[in-house]
Amino acid sequence: MLYLRLSCFLLHVLVVFGTELTFELPDNEKQCFYEDLEKDVKFDIDFQVIAGGNYDVDSFVTDPLNNVLYNEKKKQYDSFSHTTAMKGVYKVCFSNEFSTFTDKTVYLDFRHGDEEPIIQTMTAPVALTQLESSCVSLHEILKVVADSQTWYRLREAHDRTKAEHLLERVTYWSIGETVLLFVIGIGQVMMLRSFFSEKKGSVAAPT
Amino acid sequence: MVSVRMRSCVLSVLLLNVFYNVVSSLYFHIGETEKKCFIEEIPDETMIIGNYRTQLYDKQREEYLPATQGLGMFVEVKDPDDKVILSRQYGSEGRFTFTSHTPGEHQICLHSNSSKFALFAGGLLRVHLDIQVGEHANNYAEIAAKDKLTELQLRVRQLVEQVDQIQKEQNYQRYREERFRQTSESTNQRVLWWSIVQTLILVAIGIWQMRHLKSFFEAKKLV
Repeated sequence: MLYLRLSCFLLHVLVVFGTELTFELPDNEKQCFYEDLEKDVKFDIDFQVIAGGNYDVDSFVTDPLNNVLYNEKKKQYDSFSHTTAMKGVYKVCFSNEFSTFTDKTVYLDFRHGDEEPIIQTMTAPVALTQLESSCVSLHEILKVVADSQTWYRLREAHDRTKAEHLLERVTYWSIGETVLLFVIGIGQVMMLRSFFSEKKGSVAAPT
Repeated sequence: MVSVRMRSCVLSVLLLNVFYNVVSSLYFHIGETEKKCFIEEIPDETMIIGNYRTQLYDKQREEYLPATQGLGMFVEVKDPDDKVILSRQYGSEGRFTFTSHTPGEHQICLHSNSSKFALFAGGLLRVHLDIQVGEHANNYAEIAAKDKLTELQLRVRQLVEQVDQIQKEQNYQRYREERFRQTSESTNQRVLWWSIVQTLILVAIGIWQMRHLKSFFEAKKLV
């Protein structure tokens, strides 16, 4: 019976609830995601802007009664946690409406813990042997390592995008300035020559 | 006796998990001709499983009901080199799987295959989407049943998969860092060369201008 309970416990612990999405947000648009949650569920929202313009986005979170739980403008990355007070559809929106021509790429991580009550009714933690409890703690630590890797991967993507933009801009500016230099250099000489060509008659007179 | 009960427990857990996976996922609205794209930056040899479920707004009942069978979603997956690795049409509910062979940003695009504009009736299609990457894509209940593992063995198997994924991600990080370094070094080189070339061009144009004007004025007998 204990073995049975343990198996149920372990199998439940193995399931992870959460959604990670990286999506493109075109300029002047808003994108909303909805999640149906029970009462007294803790959810975490993490988002980061990884490409586009000034790497910032407006975001807000509302509960089923349209009360605003979180509202921030022009943030590059942020984290928001909340325990639901009622059952219903919670909405998280990202808005790029302040931007006229830059598309943004936003990473969103929405985690919620629906399964926790089930684990508590199944078995008490004291039933685990030392081996099993070290497996559980290893699993938790590895989850933290994986999350940390995701964080660094996003920061690196952000920095790499910036570096690639810089390279592009330097290239275009170099070409543009070369052309500009030649045009101005030759243009100045041509204009000067044209000044003196017109006044040829009047200049020649004094000598 | 114990194994029979354990098996029924595994089955009930599996069913519960399936139920939860169907019910609890993030959803968003998509227009008729709209294409929604999601980016997954993954190392190579990583499996991705995507589940989606669609619902259409029923004006009479004023709620979202599961979409009709005729309405499907077109799923297109592109690899980092912009080559299409999956391009298929699924029904109103579907599940797509692919494994990456090159590390990098893969793009998963969804759009509805509806050609009859009247079908949406000015409303929007609600799409529930769930994308599982790498180790999260493994179905442990299935693995336990197939390989006949005890719970401890299953737990260790999961740890092995997690560590595997971490190692793949680290290899990918090394590859990305190299790309980043190349980009930075290109920029550095270009800025350096451009400064030198610009100085030379300026000096050359200055000299040319003066010589040209001097000869011009001499010809005009002004100097």
